[in-house]
Amino acid sequence: MEILTELFTDYTLRTVALGAALLGISAGALGCFALLRRQSLLGDAISHAALPGIALAFLLTGSKSSLVLILGAGAVGWFGSVLIAALTRRTPITYDTALGILLSVFFGVGLVMLTFIQRMPDANQAGLDSFLFGQAAALMQRDIYVILAIGSVILLLTVAFWKEFKLISFDPDMAETLGLPVRALEHLLTGLFVAAIVIGLQTVGVVLMSALIVAPAAAARQWTNRLGVMVLLAAVFGAVSGVSGAVSSSMAPNLPTGPVIVVVVSMIVAASLLFAPNRGFVFRKIREWKSGRALRVDAVLVDLYTLASQHASSDYPHSEQVLNVMSSMSGTAKRTLHLLKTLELAQPIDDQRWSLTPAGEERARKFIEEHYGGGV
Amino acid sequence: MTTDHAIPAEDLAIDVRDLTVAYREKPVLWDVDLQIPDGVLMAIVGPNGAGKTTFIKSVLGLITPAAGSVLVHGKPYQKNRSQVAYVPQRGSVDWGFPTNVLDVVTMGVYGMIGWFRRPGAAQKAQAIKALAEVGMESFADRQISELSGGQQQRVFLARALVQDADIYLMDEPFQGVDATTERAIVELLRALRERGKTVVVVHHDLQTVPEYFDHVLLLNVRRIAAGPVEDVFTEENLRATYGGRVAFVSALMARKGE
Amino acid sequence: MSASIEIQIIAVLVAVACALPGVFLVLRQLAMMSDAISHAILPGIVIAFLLTEDLSSPLLILGAAAAGVATVALVELLRKTGLLKEDAAIGIVFPAFFSIGVILIARFASDVHLDVDAVLLGELAFAPFDRVVLASIDVPKATLVMASILMLNVVFVGLFFKELKLATFDSALAATLGFTPVLLHYVLMGLVSTTAVGAFDAVGSILVVALMVAPPAAAYVLTQRLASMLWMSAALGAISAVGGYWMARWLDASIAGSMASTAGLVFLLVLAFAPERGLVSRVRQQNRQRQVFARDMLLIHLYHHEGLPEAEQECRVEHLQDHLRWERDIAMMAVRTAKRAGYVQDHAGLMKLSDSGREQARHALVHI
Repeated sequence: MEILTELFTDYTLRTVALGAALLGISAGALGCFALLRRQSLLGDAISHAALPGIALAFLLTGSKSSLVLILGAGAVGWFGSVLIAALTRRTPITYDTALGILLSVFFGVGLVMLTFIQRMPDANQAGLDSFLFGQAAALMQRDIYVILAIGSVILLLTVAFWKEFKLISFDPDMAETLGLPVRALEHLLTGLFVAAIVIGLQTVGVVLMSALIVAPAAAARQWTNRLGVMVLLAAVFGAVSGVSGAVSSSMAPNLPTGPVIVVVVSMIVAASLLFAPNRGFVFRKIREWKSGRALRVDAVLVDLYTLASQHASSDYPHSEQVLNVMSSMSGTAKRTLHLLKTLELAQPIDDQRWSLTPAGEERARKFIEEHYGGGV
Repeated sequence: MTTDHAIPAEDLAIDVRDLTVAYREKPVLWDVDLQIPDGVLMAIVGPNGAGKTTFIKSVLGLITPAAGSVLVHGKPYQKNRSQVAYVPQRGSVDWGFPTNVLDVVTMGVYGMIGWFRRPGAAQKAQAIKALAEVGMESFADRQISELSGGQQQRVFLARALVQDADIYLMDEPFQGVDATTERAIVELLRALRERGKTVVVVHHDLQTVPEYFDHVLLLNVRRIAAGPVEDVFTEENLRATYGGRVAFVSALMARKGE
Repeated sequence: MSASIEIQIIAVLVAVACALPGVFLVLRQLAMMSDAISHAILPGIVIAFLLTEDLSSPLLILGAAAAGVATVALVELLRKTGLLKEDAAIGIVFPAFFSIGVILIARFASDVHLDVDAVLLGELAFAPFDRVVLASIDVPKATLVMASILMLNVVFVGLFFKELKLATFDSALAATLGFTPVLLHYVLMGLVSTTAVGAFDAVGSILVVALMVAPPAAAYVLTQRLASMLWMSAALGAISAVGGYWMARWLDASIAGSMASTAGLVFLLVLAFAPERGLVSRVRQQNRQRQVFARDMLLIHLYHHEGLPEAEQECRVEHLQDHLRWERDIAMMAVRTAKRAGYVQDHAGLMKLSDSGREQARHALVHI
């Protein structure tokens, strides 16, 4: 509760939280398209590739204003994504290798530049290091404005080109035959993706920004089968993890922002994978267990019915051994028979023998009609 | 070879001239000429790697040919694009994509509603109507990940129907579908022909060619033969198309003769 | 021995040790696994350190290897559920592991020599100060560690060369022949983790990726034989290491960053100028092929229309543009190439096949 009060009263905290929320929203939303287009690791490459952009922007302008640094990061990040596409299309290098090379080499170049800057006589360089792991606490009001402005443009364009982005993500060939400029749209989408990454670098850091792209989308995917809902949910997850990470790291000393955000968002992913209705692991296990049980019940019912139909009366009793032999899941007939009893579909005649109840007979007949078209 | 040079270009649904396509300078299609008259049901057959899919994709401009031209009703494809609808192979998209049947079918009208606008009630109604034509109207709200192969295929067909085109290009619509879907597709093809539409289908099952189609293109990198089924679907042409697999062609022809 | 030489020796050892498993990562399209593993081993190291409170304990390497293999297993598990695609699983698992490691350091180990910058950036420059005496020879500890890891990698690749080759190029066949590609895969990933933890100290977690991916990728452009690829990767890695060191000296900048930059530069040079698959030679080949291809298309076009009534207009140079849909310069190039070879004669704009041209047209028809 104390945190909540502070969130609304403490100026720095409010600034930080607002910034983290904004970038969580745009990262989450754009991450959905990346996830569905199988570009989850592209974000990792682009965020690392942006490091030399930050250093270069500082070297060229001497300014540490976040707009300048973001523009530098964006330009070089965009160049990196173009390079990856070119390497994959025009050389024998595969996509994953192109990502690996670009990520590590650009990062290396960025480090060379950073160390170079650090040894410059001018002492104005401090703070660039925070781009590695992010430092939400250092967010200023004007940084928030930058994030807000770029984030709104990202979201606005995503909404404006919604159906086109959906179509090129699902079926680019179809988009092409409808006459859409698929290449241009892909460039636009990648551009928005790069923008969503670079506005988060100051807060989350280049090393971990990719997680804030992929993880909210992956979590959201588990809860819904609608792209629109998925994007909204991902934005919410992104914002929640952004805010809680930023807030807790600015409350506790020694806690870098990026890693805290990533841990929070990873917990959201884990919870979604486990507990999301329909797709979630737990629900799936329950469903499998239920359908397995239904299958066994029906199998034994049908067996009983088949046996009975060879005799005059449908309630003719049969022994467990015979059912065990007939059952495709041999050995489980006994357990299933007791289940049938609680469901009042079959009844024991004595220790060993069982017969169908009228309800059981009805269900068996229906099952046979549905699955065997009348005859067994 | 029968070429229909006599027919004026505007009366041809599709007029393909000297189409040559190469991947990495290795030809996949070589100098293919094909005139498809309006209102026919045409099968494209040929062995694997014969360039059937490539042919359709280059007609649609999805692949840039090394040479040749494609006219649709006498104009370049780019100008008459909206007259052509495409049914890609089922496996070409990710069916795990988070969307439902109605939404996929509605994608067919994205070309008509223009930028920045969302499909509205009218478009949804069109989509439902198209779904009804393939017997899938009760699946409108179904997740596409829950569809069987045949149902996926019918959704793709409905998506093409909603485009309200004159010409339909379909890539292996019969591939791996159940009997119900196969019947539904055949009925749909006939209904389209009755409405005067032109349908071109990449087809694998030689046996059903005479039953389902009235025209056929035999393709193996080059055009082997094209024209009405009764004229060109001959043992000689099939041998020329399928090369060494003579036994299989003979067996087929024997069955055809029965 | 001077510190400069010692640093270079360590750098070369690291580069070569990384290049060997890197070859298999690149060939199996698992390059990003090196990124995932080099990050994910951090919590393994930190936990092992918190337990032993000794930075030089071999348990740290064991912890790292365990964390690396756990990452691989977790990614595989997530992929198998069908809820996530493999790339998404990788993109979620390793940042989570790495973050846990960073937080553990920040909370519990920030006062000791295990700081986050070092993890990320390495500190090769300080390696010569941490020394051990072995058989009365005084060497930097890093030299010893990296030499052992390199030996381990060489022995592994040497012993299982045949199996690795088979599992890399045809894992189904390998399985039917009784090798267990899955086991080999995990051993390889364990090796990547071990190598990464050794290299980690020297060059940091991200630049390990440069050394594991860039030299093998360059070697892959140069050769398609596995054995050559292995030694070429090692050589290119060593060149990057030494070149990087001198670049760092010259710029007075991070050694690790310079090594990665040099590795990138070496990759770029190889990609551009490799004899067969390099960009320059491929452009040249493609131009030549395009000429031959256009020439043959022209010949076949002429051959098809030879003697037909429409030949008068089909076989004119100016007609090629609208009939074959060729750009003017491609059409002119085809005509020029065909004329130069003596396949075509030009009769005032109307082209006719020569005997050899007709022969070549038939030949081309058969061979397509």
